Amino acid sequence: MTFVTSFDSYLTREVDPHLMEYLESSVDGERIVPPLVDVQNVSKAETGSQSDMMDSELKILQETIYDLISEIKDPEKAASLEDLNVVSEDGVKIKRLKTGQVLASIEFVPTVPHCTLASIIGLSIRSKLDQSLPQKPKIDIFIKKGTHDTADEINKQINDKERISAAMENPNLQKLVASCTDPEALE
Amino acid sequence: MYQSLKEIQKLSGHTDQVWCVSWSPSGTLLASCGGDKTIRIWGKEGDSWVCKSVLTDAHTRTIRAVAWSPCGQYLAAASFDATTSVWSRKSGEFECLATLEGHENEVKCVGWACTGNLLATCARDKSVWIWEVTADEEFECASVLSTHTQDVKYVKWHPTSELLASCSYDDTVRLYREASDDWESCAMLKGHSSTVWSVDFDKDGHRLVSAGADASLKIWQEYEPGNTEGVSTPDNISVWKCVCTLGGHHERPVYSVSWCALSGRIATASGDDSLCVYQEMPAEDAKNAPKFDIAVRQRGAHSEDVNCVSWNPVEEGLLASCSDDGSIKVWQVQKE
Repeated sequence: MTFVTSFDSYLTREVDPHLMEYLESSVDGERIVPPLVDVQNVSKAETGSQSDMMDSELKILQETIYDLISEIKDPEKAASLEDLNVVSEDGVKIKRLKTGQVLASIEFVPTVPHCTLASIIGLSIRSKLDQSLPQKPKIDIFIKKGTHDTADEINKQINDKERISAAMENPNLQKLVASCTDPEALE
Repeated sequence: MYQSLKEIQKLSGHTDQVWCVSWSPSGTLLASCGGDKTIRIWGKEGDSWVCKSVLTDAHTRTIRAVAWSPCGQYLAAASFDATTSVWSRKSGEFECLATLEGHENEVKCVGWACTGNLLATCARDKSVWIWEVTADEEFECASVLSTHTQDVKYVKWHPTSELLASCSYDDTVRLYREASDDWESCAMLKGHSSTVWSVDFDKDGHRLVSAGADASLKIWQEYEPGNTEGVSTPDNISVWKCVCTLGGHHERPVYSVSWCALSGRIATASGDDSLCVYQEMPAEDAKNAPKFDIAVRQRGAHSEDVNCVSWNPVEEGLLASCSDDGSIKVWQVQKE
């Protein structure tokens, strides 16, 4: 897998020389969204009778997240992350933090262990969820253990909010990510 | 010793995430900055805080941090556009005096030394730059320190001497001092298991607190040459040792830590949307084994990640915080 073909068509070669470096970061999008859960209700949520209801809410969120990320387009192949088995339903885990917020942990499997675009996939998953979920949970994105040569390094980069913010201010990278999260818009 | 935080006011105005808040040395003004590429200056009118000025057009990307000079006449702002702007308010209005260029990419933080004669900046390019402020308000690069192996997140000067601390994505904290004719890294503080986002000195500067992505806080004690504990100090340089680790209170990265010079309280801001305040407790051996207790845990302080927290330098117990939710809040600690 190399940095070629599918995005050369729209990513011109006046690309920032640091783009590849940026690629090792990721996204954060629109803000000012109310918290997913009313913090005052958390103690109730922890009690027995309410927990089933909470579980079903988390289950719905898990399904919603999977639906959203499954349709993301691979950065270089004309196929979705679901088609390529990069993401799976089991790879999306949801839990509630003690502080009340919901944490979504998303695991993905790069198509090959030296995939140079693994960070773009991570960036696209975060960007897609930021754009699409009305109430934003906390999100951690990880490469599945043992499926990439530099997984630890990439995992740290794609979860560093500052580097994500900085990376997403780069117009070329924004375009590249948008081509994965919203392929129709560019056609 | 239960305490609480009372929300005094929520300040709205920024149109994107707010990254940093900074009190002027007199405690009367609060500067803030963020993703909307503006700096806002807030001041008190009657009982409420209002936006006094909005500084725009100096940066083309996110403004990550703002810092006041010790005299309160200058404000420096670090931006993802790789530059640092310096503003003067000597004429009454804020005017952009200089734009410091040199970093290769995003500048993450800026800070003034206690003397006001030096400025430090740090960036994703892994370097820390020291700038000398000349008598005619010019800024000259005095040193480029490339000791961190990754992105440098934050810089903080010692409260009474020209000693600088920085922390990084490489999980370490470093200290720098001016040696015979250049600046040098004189200590590396290793202990955090992930990115160190923020550091602060206590009032006297013999202790440092660090906080990071591992959701913990560490207190480091300085052992000077000839210390009574018998801690060896090679090359006659102070050694800093971790004497206390505080964890378990935040569930997401701690992005900011502020040590109050007036009360000794430590405040933290986290990606779990909460603020915590720690209070030092009496201990048998407070220097080598200090004890800190959590005094306040403000869950849901903001509706998204809290990026920065800062104690007012004059009014004890007054605290400012800012968040990805676009708001700034002013809080007062209340003893109950």
